[in-house]
Amino acid sequence: MINQQPALELVDIHKSYGAIEVLKGVSLTANEGDVVSILGSSGSGKSTLLRCINLLERPNQGQIRVGGEELALKPAKDGALVAADRKQLEKMRSRIGFVFQQFNLWPHKTILQNIIESPIHVLKQPKDQAVVRAQELLRKVGLYEKQDVYPGNLSGGQQQRIAIARTLAMDPQLLLFDEPTSALDPELVNEVLSVMRDLADEGRTMLIVTHEMRFARDVSSQVIFLHQGQVEECGTAEQVFEAPKSQRVQDFMSSHQ
Amino acid sequence: MSWEWGIIIEYLPRLLDGAWLTLELVLVSGLMGLALAVPISLARSSDNFWVRALPFAYIFFFRGTPLLVQIFLIYYGASQFDAVKESALWVVLKEPYWCAIIAFTLNTAAYSAELFRGAIQAIPKGEIEAAKAMGMSPPLMIRRIVLPRAFGIALPAYGNEMVLMLKGSALASTITLLDLTGMARTIIARTYTPLEMFMAAGLVYLVIGAAMIGIFRLIEYRFNRYQYYKHTPLPANIDPQLRDEHIDD
Repeated sequence: MINQQPALELVDIHKSYGAIEVLKGVSLTANEGDVVSILGSSGSGKSTLLRCINLLERPNQGQIRVGGEELALKPAKDGALVAADRKQLEKMRSRIGFVFQQFNLWPHKTILQNIIESPIHVLKQPKDQAVVRAQELLRKVGLYEKQDVYPGNLSGGQQQRIAIARTLAMDPQLLLFDEPTSALDPELVNEVLSVMRDLADEGRTMLIVTHEMRFARDVSSQVIFLHQGQVEECGTAEQVFEAPKSQRVQDFMSSHQ
Repeated sequence: MSWEWGIIIEYLPRLLDGAWLTLELVLVSGLMGLALAVPISLARSSDNFWVRALPFAYIFFFRGTPLLVQIFLIYYGASQFDAVKESALWVVLKEPYWCAIIAFTLNTAAYSAELFRGAIQAIPKGEIEAAKAMGMSPPLMIRRIVLPRAFGIALPAYGNEMVLMLKGSALASTITLLDLTGMARTIIARTYTPLEMFMAAGLVYLVIGAAMIGIFRLIEYRFNRYQYYKHTPLPANIDPQLRDEHIDD
């Protein structure tokens, strides 16, 4: 669209825990406005791949480019890669929104404080501006009236919607969702998915690790199926869901209908 | 046995002078100990072996030896070195008051640092990851997330440590200081009323201890209010302006 560069490019990402190699060279390109779903059975490396993008997990090999800017990496003593320039990593992280399976709100801060914390202290926004924006986002996720309570007062689905609002407050170029509904009771899943659907409709660039097949099929412009740390199949939602080439993906799809 | 109320009343002002010194010792070394404990606990939670090792040696020594021995080492030990006596440090180390403060500070800092280390490590990993994912630098994360969170977790145990320190401060009387215990012993030497005076001193300790417990309870309630917060929904028609005034940083 506007940006000629892909929003995200991962090149040949490898990751090992000791002798176990969980990612064996995964590459991926997401353009501006793409919604990429990453599927696969548990242990296939989906979450690890997502966490490598903002270096919550340190890859052993590979390249990461966000909006055309390459993250400078250097090997640490143990062989895994770390950021060569801490400032660059922090800047890049501030532009990548990450939504966790366990929400990870800060329990000692109110909902509003959770949301304005990083805009004020990382992006150096003035407080009143951050508050106005936070309240806008709270309305967007339908929880405006909860701004003064603490995370512990909310249900899991509400906490996840707040976590999404907290991420959006940073105006990220890229949103990463790490199994955002897996920790939720079934009846709370939809409220989170509907917020995510709205974000996809707004044209945001999103990478989603999920087990919600119907949702992935509806919103994704690209689907990647990982198996044992490698891309088993990759294509549009129709291709991967309707006519998967790999037998493994066919089996997975039929068992997740 | 005779019980002399008159003696207690007569000497109560002196006892309270002693109590004042006790409070001063606890407060000064408590604050200095806190200031020391925070960086030490951060060093103790470091990923780097050497950054962890040095504070470990210090904590190992101060937790493993009696406070009385530590006081004696500083008070009697320092004067054994001519180098110390000729240095600027001597101005401080020749005063029993400062020797006691130093011993208490180092002692409580060692215990508190371990408390805070445990609290820092008890913060759920995800909360730290969330801070990292937001692009927080390590100093910012420590200041805004790690320390406030760890302090909340450590508070009950830290209040306990302060009460222990109040009672430990009685050892200051062994190096000539007239704290509450020292004062009681001096009065007893003059009046031969050990029962009355120790009873009175004990009661004063009890009052100070109770006040400390109460103060820490209040701090805890304020600092960890998220644990006590009961959500009562605001009426739907409340003026939004009014609601927004409640937001604090």
